[in-house]
Amino acid sequence: MNFFHTEPLLAIIIMAPLIGAAILGLLGKRMGERLIGLIACSTVAMSAILSFYLFFKHHAELEQGQKFYDYLFTWISVGTFRADASLLLDSLSAIYILFITFVAFWIHVFATGYMRGDKGYWRFFAYMNLFMFSMLTLVLADNFLLMFVGWEGVGLCSYLLIGYYFTKDFANDAAKKAFIVNRIGDFGFALGVMLLFLKAGSIFYFDDPARGIHGAFNWAFSQVHDPLALSAIFAGGITTIAVLLFVGATGKSAQLPLYVWLPDAMAGPTPVSALIHAATMVTAGVYMVARASSIYTHAPTAMMIMAIIGAATALFAATIGLAQWDIKKVLAYSTISQLGYMFLACGVGAFGAGIFHVFTHAFFKALLFLGAGSVIIGMHHEQDMRRMGGLKKYMRITCLTMLAGWLAISGFPLLSGFFSKDEILFKTFTSVVLPAPWPRILWFIAAVTALLTAVYMTRLIVLTFWGDERFMDADSASSHSNEGHGHAGKPHESPKSMLIPLIVLAAGAILVGFVGVPEILSVGQTGNYFEHFIHQSVEGPTTQFDAADAGGDWYRQFIEEQRVEWILLIVSTAIALIGMGFGWVWFKRKPLWEPPSLLEHKYYVDEVYDAAVVQPIKQGSINVLWKFIDVRIIDGAVNGAGQLADLFGGTLRYLQSGLARSYVALVVLGALLIIGYFVIR
Amino acid sequence: MVPLSWYLGLSAMLFTIGAVGVFIKRNAITIFLCIELMLNAVNLTLVSLSGFFGDVGGQLFVFIVMTVAAAEAAVGLAIIISIFRNRESLNVDEVDTLKL
Repeated sequence: MNFFHTEPLLAIIIMAPLIGAAILGLLGKRMGERLIGLIACSTVAMSAILSFYLFFKHHAELEQGQKFYDYLFTWISVGTFRADASLLLDSLSAIYILFITFVAFWIHVFATGYMRGDKGYWRFFAYMNLFMFSMLTLVLADNFLLMFVGWEGVGLCSYLLIGYYFTKDFANDAAKKAFIVNRIGDFGFALGVMLLFLKAGSIFYFDDPARGIHGAFNWAFSQVHDPLALSAIFAGGITTIAVLLFVGATGKSAQLPLYVWLPDAMAGPTPVSALIHAATMVTAGVYMVARASSIYTHAPTAMMIMAIIGAATALFAATIGLAQWDIKKVLAYSTISQLGYMFLACGVGAFGAGIFHVFTHAFFKALLFLGAGSVIIGMHHEQDMRRMGGLKKYMRITCLTMLAGWLAISGFPLLSGFFSKDEILFKTFTSVVLPAPWPRILWFIAAVTALLTAVYMTRLIVLTFWGDERFMDADSASSHSNEGHGHAGKPHESPKSMLIPLIVLAAGAILVGFVGVPEILSVGQTGNYFEHFIHQSVEGPTTQFDAADAGGDWYRQFIEEQRVEWILLIVSTAIALIGMGFGWVWFKRKPLWEPPSLLEHKYYVDEVYDAAVVQPIKQGSINVLWKFIDVRIIDGAVNGAGQLADLFGGTLRYLQSGLARSYVALVVLGALLIIGYFVIR
Repeated sequence: MVPLSWYLGLSAMLFTIGAVGVFIKRNAITIFLCIELMLNAVNLTLVSLSGFFGDVGGQLFVFIVMTVAAAEAAVGLAIIISIFRNRESLNVDEVDTLKL
């Protein structure tokens, strides 16, 4: 059986948005809004259609773990180092391109309505298409360096789109913050890839016999497991690689301690928040970790760090999300929290469950963000939930679709979020990767987070759509009227181009969970389809403990495991319902309940970072680099050179008499001396 | 045929006239013309020696000297004109601002 195939259509998937970006970027300024929207959406639609076509065409092969390559050209070839511009389709990247292109297409459609009348319409869609190109390159690359190209590309587009309203200071600050914080992570990622090359001699993921390439993961397979010890991190082995790559992931996927950029990234237009800062780009870190799963499974220390950071981030961000007033900030912290879940899943060895959560999260979080965007437009660019309330009367469809998103993220039974979150909780509880007390501790943290998630999402829904209509009195009093919208007043429902994507994504948020129904709930116990599919490219939770466990009484263990799964399923359902019920009752009665100020101020993390990192750098730059090194040393050297020349010149000018004839006399005398010398000799 | 020594003698005379002119004259234009005279005296030497030795290299040098002389004439005259505009005078002894 041939394990490797060629699929030349892959290149078109990434090139279509690039061509769109080029057309819009170069010629878009002279185009009308309809044409721009058409070009932007059709290029993404093309990628989406091709992704679906390839998925169904090669479904059987992908399910058996076969791989499809599209070799474009050899990019770098120096000594033994080789990096190709070549694409790889396997079950992991297939899942990713499916939901990326699908969700992105509907967000593009939504944006054609959301951005209507904006001066930078063409610029916005050029960036969006460029983002799609970068993201698809990131996902489809078949080596780490090309992945890094996409990785930096999405970072660039994120920067451009956060700073889209570049006349506003806060947008520029947020864009710079995102870029700089990401840089810290990228530094770790780049170091990790370099070390991987040093150790494995290759930056390709897998073998490709056709090109004579040996994959780095083969090297990883051949390694013995590193010990579970802090010293392994600095040993320069596989654990070091894993930890460095994870540093990259914490930057891109907004984990502790590098999450601070994501809440500020909400300064960009809402479709950007939905596409880049919720559904796709921020999950690139999870993708990278899942892609490198064969490295991680050999580095238990890195797994442990990842699980702990993931769980800590999930809880930390959820508590902050509980106390925000800006509707987009709530969703931003919710995104960070959900990303924490994904890393927790990867950290306990359940890469499949992590990717499943990425998959379902893309739908319901994109839906929630777009719903928030619809609310913001309907409220004439108001984002503060204190000035909303009672909107269900005015925005019926937005309200209904957001309810679907709310139920999905809170883990309401049989919706998408329920399946994926339950999967993560179960895998955490039964993890064999981490030593004894940790699975229970992490499970407890994750369960508390699930409760908080249900509470703060209920708060968002209640504050926005139910309760008193708080916008009327606020509208007349606030400074809002001078924003030049002219039509301030009653909220209104959004146009069709925004509602249709909402409906499609709502259907997605409700239904996509069924591709990953856990074994105990599936009809005829066929097993978790999604997990089976994804585990063709990603390593399952194999550990050093496995060998001992694979004894004779596997059946008893199997029954035992099912019992645990049922219990956990019931517990997490109860958690979701309790959270939602409590939130509903509490926030209906006291919608404007003042949360603890520690939470409202986000634990003062930004202030701490400012004092601990930003100010020292600033002061150091001013007092040392500028006032000492630049002024004293560099300027001093330049001025010193000038003064030296002045000194010499000032001395030598005494030789000049100012009489032209005396100069001539000296010249003639000199000439005569030279001639005389030659004559006499 | 005129012997070589005549050419060299004429050239030496021209050069001396030029050198003495530079020495004793104060008018910038006159000095300038004297410099040109010296240049052409040298040119004459080069041409005549080139003919004497049958080596075309000497004549090539003459072209270079003439090119440089042309450039020098342009720049020099421009300087002289601007000095005159500023000072209403062409006396080189008066142009000594840089002197301490």
